[in-house]
Amino acid sequence: MPEITRDEVAHLANLARIDLDDAELDHLAPQLSVILESVASLSGVAAGDIPPTSHALPLTNVFREDVVTPGLTPEQALSGAPEVEEQRFSVPRILGDEQ
Amino acid sequence: MSAPGAERAARLLRASAAELADALAAGETTSVEITQAHLDRIAAVDGPVHAFLHVDAEGALAQAKASDERRAAGTLLSALDGVPIAVKDVLATEGMPTTCGSKILEGWVPPYDATVVRRLKEAGLPILGKTNMDEFAMGSSTEHSAYGPTHNPWDLDRIPGGSGGGSAAAVAAFEAPLALGTDTGGSIRQPGAVTGTVGMKPTYGGISRYGLVAMANSLDQVGPVTRTVLDAALLHEAIGGHDPRDSTSIDQPLPPLVEAARQGLTGDLTGLKVGVVTELSGDGYQPGVLARFQEGVDLLVKAGAEVVEVSCPHFVHALATYYLIMPCEASSNLAKFDAMRYGLRVWPSEDASAEEVMRATRDAGFGDEVKRRIILGTYALSSGYYDAYYGQAQKVRTLISRDFEAAFEKVDVLVSPTAPTTAFKLGEKLDDPIAMYLNDLATIPANLAGVPGISVPSGLADEDGLPAGFQILAPALADDRCYRVGAALEAALLEQWGGPLVPKEI
Repeated sequence: MPEITRDEVAHLANLARIDLDDAELDHLAPQLSVILESVASLSGVAAGDIPPTSHALPLTNVFREDVVTPGLTPEQALSGAPEVEEQRFSVPRILGDEQ
Repeated sequence: MSAPGAERAARLLRASAAELADALAAGETTSVEITQAHLDRIAAVDGPVHAFLHVDAEGALAQAKASDERRAAGTLLSALDGVPIAVKDVLATEGMPTTCGSKILEGWVPPYDATVVRRLKEAGLPILGKTNMDEFAMGSSTEHSAYGPTHNPWDLDRIPGGSGGGSAAAVAAFEAPLALGTDTGGSIRQPGAVTGTVGMKPTYGGISRYGLVAMANSLDQVGPVTRTVLDAALLHEAIGGHDPRDSTSIDQPLPPLVEAARQGLTGDLTGLKVGVVTELSGDGYQPGVLARFQEGVDLLVKAGAEVVEVSCPHFVHALATYYLIMPCEASSNLAKFDAMRYGLRVWPSEDASAEEVMRATRDAGFGDEVKRRIILGTYALSSGYYDAYYGQAQKVRTLISRDFEAAFEKVDVLVSPTAPTTAFKLGEKLDDPIAMYLNDLATIPANLAGVPGISVPSGLADEDGLPAGFQILAPALADDRCYRVGAALEAALLEQWGGPLVPKEI
């Protein structure tokens, strides 16, 4: 029976870039175990030679002519930014002290 | 307002979009009068219903005035020019807030319109505002909205369905004649069922997803939310068709949908073969819902259809398949909310790094259900688990599509109850994800296979007097069959009821 431990949830939250606090971890871990248990019924349903479906439509690549079409102005593109500096997105530091 | 004035306004509110279009054409009313009546209605009832997250009275009236001017000048844009509409808050609207029911997008104003919103504007429909929804469309009750739940107009203590509960409740409470919804696992159809309204999920790729904030790209579809089947067909034709900005949009014309609805309204289904899906009834379905469904089937027989039972053996695995594929796609889609380019930015400390800001922002900005699904998707996509979970779900998805193909070799449409139960009480399933997920039991197979499905009101369940829905599924690209059969069923039921079933005065 699949079970997902509190430590695993903490690890997954780290991978997903979400700061979960202790209370959230306690709350989520058992719920995720129950969900995983209920989807475990799928194992063995499809034989190995069944092809996977990633998409409802049998699409391959879709191309368009390589021509310039109207887009957003820099002001529009930056209109929702938390911080703007010199017509750029201003972000927190991305390198640590040691780097 | 004087009594005759109030009566006149009430008539405008009760009218279908098609009737409003006729009244406008006959010069009996104006778009400004219709739009104002709906804005007044929103002001009067949306406190308790809470279908709207944002109302744009000024913008809607300006659009209505422009429509009236076009009418006077003889330059109408479409059959629905001047008929107002509400839009689910997951669709980008230029200059109008778009939150997706999430704190992480509070106050965000998109710099562009979703293609469907642009098409509404090009067709001359005034936009009343944005409707409430479960956060990022994750839920079946709108209780996962960060801005508080929507209440069912039939009983304010109950859920209006989800995720598009706001659009369904707005239409059911006569706050709007039309609305747009989106359906990933049933988010148009299940709210339609529990609010006694019509909801259509088109063929995957039939309506552009450009500007729709994606939950699960391979499953999401935009569609109409209305009170009549004909209105849904009119709206579908106004927004549907190929869009070069959506690479998954189907590059061929829509079938004639309005014509199919009008044909259905004649009530003749002679020669039509209908399949009742064995796996979509029985255990877990409320007796009153099943009784109304069976009556609907009987009415189709009376209209001349031939009804057989059809087994789709892999549908029993649809829920589990969905609850793997959807979180995988959602966890990947929602990675874009990183506090860098738009939306919320939370600083856990003054000199925090970008990654620390990201973590703190996503913790503060996402609600419980969104976190559940992101973590679940991250898990199922992890190396070592990928084949067992995501890979296996993709294979079962193939088997479910094959079930549909085999069934549609025998019948023209498949039918089932839309949702297993009527509206449950607010709070009842909020912290029991599995119980909540079971609402989508009958609607999910269509999303996995990309086929169209419509929910039409089937009447009130005996146990609780609440609305139930009748689902009609058709092969991909044959959306017209949903409209034809839906309209025929609607016509037969209206005759039986002596008029539409509407919630008691709110």
